[in-house]
Amino acid sequence: MSSVAHDHAHDHAHDHGHGHHGGYGGIMRWITTTNHKDIGTLYLWFAFIMFMVGGAMAMVIRAELFSPGLQIVDPDFFNQMTTLHGLIMVFGAIMPVFVGFANWQIPMMIGAPDMAFARLNNWSFWLLPFAALLLVGSLFVPGGAPGVGWTLYAPLTVQMGIGMDLTIFAVHILGMSSILGSINIITTILNLRAPGMTLMRMPLFVWTWLITAYLLVAAMPVLAGAVTMTLTDRHFGTTFFNAAGGGDPVLYQHIFWFFGHPEVYIIALPGFGVISQVIPAFSRKPLFGYASMVYATSAIAILSFIVWAHHMYTVGMPVTGQLFFMYATTLIAIPTGVKVFNWVATMWKGSLTFETPMLFALGFLFMFTLGGFTGLVLALVPVDIQLHDTYYVVAHFHYVMVAGALFAAFAGIYFWLPKWTGRMYNEKLGQIHFWLTMIFFNMIFFVQHFVGMAGMPRRIPDYPLMFETWNKISSLGAFGMGLTQLLFLYIVVKCIRSGETAPQKPWEGADSLEWTHLPTPVPYHTFETPPVLK
Amino acid sequence: MMGSKPIRSMTALLAGLLGAAASSAAHALEWYFQSPASKMAQEIDTLHQYVMWLIIVIFVGVFGFMFYSCYAHRKSKGHPAAQFHENTTVEILWTVIPALILVAIAWPVTKTVIAQKDTSAADLTVKVTGYQWKWGYDYIKGEGEGISFVSTLSTPRDQIEGRAPKGENYLLEVDNEMVVPVGKKVRVIATAADVIHAWWVPAFGAKQDAIPGFLRDIWFRAEKTGVYRGQCTELCGKEHGFMPIVVRVVSLEDYTKWVGEKKIAMAATADDPGKTWSAPELVARGEKVYASNCVACHQATGKGAPPAFPPLAGSKIVNGPGQGQIDLVLNGKPNTAMVAFGKQLNDTEIAAVITFTRSSWGNKASEVQPAEVKARRK
Repeated sequence: MSSVAHDHAHDHAHDHGHGHHGGYGGIMRWITTTNHKDIGTLYLWFAFIMFMVGGAMAMVIRAELFSPGLQIVDPDFFNQMTTLHGLIMVFGAIMPVFVGFANWQIPMMIGAPDMAFARLNNWSFWLLPFAALLLVGSLFVPGGAPGVGWTLYAPLTVQMGIGMDLTIFAVHILGMSSILGSINIITTILNLRAPGMTLMRMPLFVWTWLITAYLLVAAMPVLAGAVTMTLTDRHFGTTFFNAAGGGDPVLYQHIFWFFGHPEVYIIALPGFGVISQVIPAFSRKPLFGYASMVYATSAIAILSFIVWAHHMYTVGMPVTGQLFFMYATTLIAIPTGVKVFNWVATMWKGSLTFETPMLFALGFLFMFTLGGFTGLVLALVPVDIQLHDTYYVVAHFHYVMVAGALFAAFAGIYFWLPKWTGRMYNEKLGQIHFWLTMIFFNMIFFVQHFVGMAGMPRRIPDYPLMFETWNKISSLGAFGMGLTQLLFLYIVVKCIRSGETAPQKPWEGADSLEWTHLPTPVPYHTFETPPVLK
Repeated sequence: MMGSKPIRSMTALLAGLLGAAASSAAHALEWYFQSPASKMAQEIDTLHQYVMWLIIVIFVGVFGFMFYSCYAHRKSKGHPAAQFHENTTVEILWTVIPALILVAIAWPVTKTVIAQKDTSAADLTVKVTGYQWKWGYDYIKGEGEGISFVSTLSTPRDQIEGRAPKGENYLLEVDNEMVVPVGKKVRVIATAADVIHAWWVPAFGAKQDAIPGFLRDIWFRAEKTGVYRGQCTELCGKEHGFMPIVVRVVSLEDYTKWVGEKKIAMAATADDPGKTWSAPELVARGEKVYASNCVACHQATGKGAPPAFPPLAGSKIVNGPGQGQIDLVLNGKPNTAMVAFGKQLNDTEIAAVITFTRSSWGNKASEVQPAEVKARRK
């Protein structure tokens, strides 16, 4: 994307081209780059590739579940697919796509010349392909990839082959990349803001990333600890998670979810940030309740550390534990509600238009709220005991992660693509992409609420006959949604190659620095002298 | 698959595309909780409906505003953009009101949580043990004390792999059902022998993870006689989808009758480990034991699925001295799916299945007698 941006950069008189690409061209430009825009581009393409790989695995899962009986894959391989699909989508697609946004946007939105640690930034990215190789490569070692689910629960992990070790190392590397990236983001936001860009004047996207980065620094080491204990239990005779040696399998779950619940918000918060840029822009009206948005985001982040055991109501914890985690979990509905109300109030009495970014933002708002409500249902202990580990849960978290994070990512890409590439995407095709994704997504996941309530457990390769119809609908939706994403690839490539030239500010209501202070496409180097903010 | 598979698939395809109702007349479209057979399941159902209605009202309210805004405040209709961006009163209201709604939800739910955890004063206590991939039931207190059996999926492999039409209770049928009396409080103590499983009967609203090395309990009281079916809900490896739970709830008289019959049957089938069997007898018995305990991993061909599940055909251990194989089957192999079958099978069954493996798939090793197995038990 930014190779185009770069070519256009020459046209701008104020950019003298010094220090371009560190002197390298071709592939070495990308390997050695320390430019936040290049690295942002790398993150975005990496995320897209992993999105397609993880999506292909989802197709295998849905193909096997099209009919009862075992047709396409054996149960072992099925379990490997569910495990890798989860890990790749969470760590390979959703997290990197938002780091890509952070790299591109944070320096431009706060008036900084680049990220604070440019070389560290390069390394944060280039760790990722190695982790991805380990993850995907685990399919090809004896015994295949681990078939334990993305949560990697002990003690099943102890029974797995060498693929499990590869996965553990992949998680270590991914964690390292995230922590380094987060340190960079925190430092950039706290130290490199242009004069006059006070914290409470920052665009909300920057705020949500600041809070997310703190969550990452706090949560990723916990995951690293959990998988390291798994590693030593497997090979070095420790028994952290084995009762026979004085350990406890449930301890793993406590540690994992102490990471895992903040992780949910690590995935969601940057998306909230994107939505908070897009909705005001297309409402032509300032964001309603900016300060309360910042406080609500912080409240969600803090609460996310005290609700982890709501993933574990069925392990048999004491009644006081169940009640505490239930009350704490339902509290999250309050700040989340504040955010939803603020977004709707932003639209209220605005002057709305519905270009593709806005459509995805509204799709996000509608379906993320639906996922939030099923989250409230699942927070209630007795109801959760009925629904835990059924397809209802699968439906719930896909509403939050796909309709939440992925839709926010699409909104952000369509929103900023003109700025990044200097060209407009095809609006009509963008809207078709939205509607197809919206329809197929609901076809896949809405019916999963039903099949889960009727009693279908998750992570099974075969199922009783009464669940057949819903599964057929779900699988057909999945194939449709998979194909639709090829259209997205076409739209992006077409935009980069031959889209119409974009003006400096294609969106009337957009008001952050990249739209108001920078030409389109943005030059390779921006804000070498800080902008003047009134 | 009633022989008209393509036609049914096409119908389902159409149903899928149109979002229409049922694809197969044989099964009604299940879309809600199974009808409750216990007060607890009923309470869960009621709570769920209560919360669902609240949610629907809030959802319609919030998105009513959003869609009205999308309709009325469009630029294409010439609506000018207002510039307000805060309103303290409104912001306080939409923080406090949701908090009050949460209290209204938490109050009734709390009472149910406390009731759900009260496993005291049970009439019957059954220990349920999860194995890869079957359930063990031990009646440890109350009428029927001492009854003990293992419950395995009884759906034939041919149905699963599409070589035979699927039966009505496909994947939800077992060889030995758990039997309990109607109207009595049953305490279930769950544990596991290898990895975490989860025991679940939806109609009772009872689900409990079965955790190796720990005992965790729940309870249920079935209000209606009948057969209730559920599945393991915690991923426990390859055959996770193939270890159902079936509970038959019977009248008190029928229960007493069942207990009597079960005890006589257990005594009758108790094998005498001192008896010497002929090799063909052992092989015939062993083939059955293999089919219900070993075939999922080591396969009907004896070729296994290496490296996780090693082949038995041509295996050094199987073709080696009897003792080595007896020890492995009795004690299992740590950190693999090969559990200690000494806890699940008796001496005769182990001798039989070992003899079967030693004389199948080209293996030609000597038979093993029950007495030899007994001698190796510690």
